Amino acid sequence: MNPAFLQDALIYLATALVFVPVARRLGLGSVLGYLIGGILIGPHFLGLIGGEGKDILHFAEFGVVMMLFLIGLELEPAHLWRMRRLILGTGSFQMGVTTLCFLGAFLLLGFPWQAALASGLALSMSSTAIVLQTLKEKGLDRTQSGRSAFAALLFQDVAVIPILAALPLLALYTAPVPDGASRTFLEGLPGWAQTVALLGTVGLVILGGRFVAVPFLRFIARLRLRELFTVSALFIVVATAYIMGRVGLSPALGTFLAGVVLANSEYRHELESDIEPFKGLLLGLFFIGVGASINFHLIVIRPLEILALVGGAIAIKLLVLCLTGRVARMSFDQTLLFSVSLSQVGEFAFVLFSFMYQLHLLPAEWTDRMMGVTAISMTVTPLLLLVSERLILPRFGTRETEEKATDAVDLRPPVIIAGFGPFGSTVGRFLRANGVQATILDTDSDRVDLLRKMGFTVFYGDATRLDILQAAGADRARILIAAIGSPDINQDLVEKVQQRFPHLTLMVRAQGRPDAYTLMDMGIRNIYRESLDTSVRLGIDALVKLGFRRYSATRAGQNFLKYDEAAMHRLAPHRHDESAYIFTTREQVELQERLLAHDREANPALNDHAWDSEARVDRPPDAETGP
Amino acid sequence: MNRILILFAHPRFEKSRVNRALLQEAGRVPGVTLHDLYEHYPDFNVDVAREKALLAAHEVIVWHHPFYMYGAPALLKQWIDLVLEYGWAHGPGGDVLKNKFVFNALTSGGAREAYAADGLHRFSFEEFLTPFRQTAALCHMVDLPPFVVAGTYRLTETDLKTHAALYGDLLARLSRGDFRIETVRRFALLNDWLAEDPEGRRP
Repeated sequence: MNPAFLQDALIYLATALVFVPVARRLGLGSVLGYLIGGILIGPHFLGLIGGEGKDILHFAEFGVVMMLFLIGLELEPAHLWRMRRLILGTGSFQMGVTTLCFLGAFLLLGFPWQAALASGLALSMSSTAIVLQTLKEKGLDRTQSGRSAFAALLFQDVAVIPILAALPLLALYTAPVPDGASRTFLEGLPGWAQTVALLGTVGLVILGGRFVAVPFLRFIARLRLRELFTVSALFIVVATAYIMGRVGLSPALGTFLAGVVLANSEYRHELESDIEPFKGLLLGLFFIGVGASINFHLIVIRPLEILALVGGAIAIKLLVLCLTGRVARMSFDQTLLFSVSLSQVGEFAFVLFSFMYQLHLLPAEWTDRMMGVTAISMTVTPLLLLVSERLILPRFGTRETEEKATDAVDLRPPVIIAGFGPFGSTVGRFLRANGVQATILDTDSDRVDLLRKMGFTVFYGDATRLDILQAAGADRARILIAAIGSPDINQDLVEKVQQRFPHLTLMVRAQGRPDAYTLMDMGIRNIYRESLDTSVRLGIDALVKLGFRRYSATRAGQNFLKYDEAAMHRLAPHRHDESAYIFTTREQVELQERLLAHDREANPALNDHAWDSEARVDRPPDAETGP
Repeated sequence: MNRILILFAHPRFEKSRVNRALLQEAGRVPGVTLHDLYEHYPDFNVDVAREKALLAAHEVIVWHHPFYMYGAPALLKQWIDLVLEYGWAHGPGGDVLKNKFVFNALTSGGAREAYAADGLHRFSFEEFLTPFRQTAALCHMVDLPPFVVAGTYRLTETDLKTHAALYGDLLARLSRGDFRIETVRRFALLNDWLAEDPEGRRP
């Protein structure tokens, strides 16, 4: 193997290994870790990688393509349809107004209107990769701002396609056609035929996904060769991207469509778990590439100009986003979060700017500046988010803590509930109904406002932050209920509490068995699987509807719960190997198999002979009424 | 030494000062296992295997409960119905409990005088406890008279202490085996026996 390749790989991997954990540890998020790592190993600092940052970007852009495939997988068409208003409304407003503002600004700078419009469109893009990754890590993807951000990004991602199609129309000169490799099939065809071919391709992806890919996957799955399934998953993504590229459509859009089509198939979760690592790897590489490609030379020569451009771009975007938030009637916190998270220029701008350069829409020096602005704005986003989260929101937004009347100071709730979604709120309401006050930690500012109005003691912020825990009285409370919806964040919280507040009794919500096992490994005793009790209750009711007596069904349910808890402990050592980080779908299926087999051996329902005089083998003659 | 198992059934233990005092004293006696049924089986789902093992490991069984509507709280009845199984406690081969001692320790709001033919409640404690006595007999156990703390509403702190101490003494004597079964059974209540024969044999 080429030693230069290995050396490069080594550099990139080591960069990720060094910077990402540090960034996570400092609470900066993994994206910033990659970016900083990229900057440092880039040509302007350590020089470990040369000018190939841009090449890496081209390669790693495929991570974005994969990400869109995964996003598509998580979006069933029906769900997408329900979100149509949000997507169209938020997206078109944000993009339209932002583009207009930039158009005006560039006209003032003396751009020809074509270039100003094209640059405006490119700058109105935000970074799907950064925003989604960051929101997910912070557990904010389910809040109103998270959903709006997602809608805006989706709109932008789709809008790239017509923009790419329209750019040649703006070109001042006819663009020289690039080399044969990127020549599309459709060139030379008359206009109407191109349109038909484009629509045909989209149709092909949709129909192919439904009628070819699914039976194909079924066939592969039956072979029971794990790596072959991974190969198929990659094949689907790469093939879609290739076909779309050949007809001149965005590969990202193509894979997104393919994802949506496959979202309804039974292989959705397996595809997800197969593509996920590749996406993560490539996105990481992509961020490193962004960091490395920042042209510090330009910054050094014209620091003020670049600074002004970055500042101006972010400011314009922020203002329009705030306006969008206001129009959508978001609260202050949500608006700020929404605006700051989307305030950078996104990765699609790289594509658009280089295309504009090819079309001679933009001169070389401006292309370089724009690329620089894009990369810097992406790097700045996590920092801006940090500033807004730590400095602005605590002061002007929903407060982390409430100022209380002095007489309330002594009120020290013995219970802290982290995460007040449907799960945590039920616990909280129950405790409150029994006169037990709980301190609540939550990251959704809308919910925090509501709860405060209802008289709850609420701390607004990331429960895994030690200062927030401290402020919430973790050193005085007796019980901490970890009820955060995301198992990762919940486990993070549990780990921190175990280290810093060992006196607290931890009661932890677990999503399912795999999650419960991880918690068991961490030494947690009080584990509550969110799906267990409700399912059994439903099962009891089903038995009743089938004609069982309610008490017998209830006893069967009680025994099943006891049995299931015991079985979980018994089966725990058999699973996977000790350090299971990732429970893949297949392992879950195997676990289910083992459970079902175990159920058959030790049928928990068959041992209940209570009050059953029929079961007596040698009934005495007076057994009818006898004891 | 006799090991003693107190099967305590009280759905509102936190409100009962009398039982708190009694159990506190009982807990001090060596060889006593306190088993709080309502705490263990709030769902009435009695773990029969576990209860059988506990019974087998003790020689004296105490059904300790408040006297509700002339009987025991529902969970104790549930316990009796589930645990004292045919073929294990009684019936063919059911001899695991043979010759173990059993009695009720109960607290009642009404005074002892009211539990008499001419009183409000018309029957004595022993009469009301007939089902327990026969259950014991069916399971080949030796049933002893009940230990009763009556008139609990009017008990002063001093009374409480006296009763608790008496309960402690009783358990200690039973644990030591310091009693003659024929003598004990002559009394209506274990309280009377202790009053008659307060010294007992020194250990």
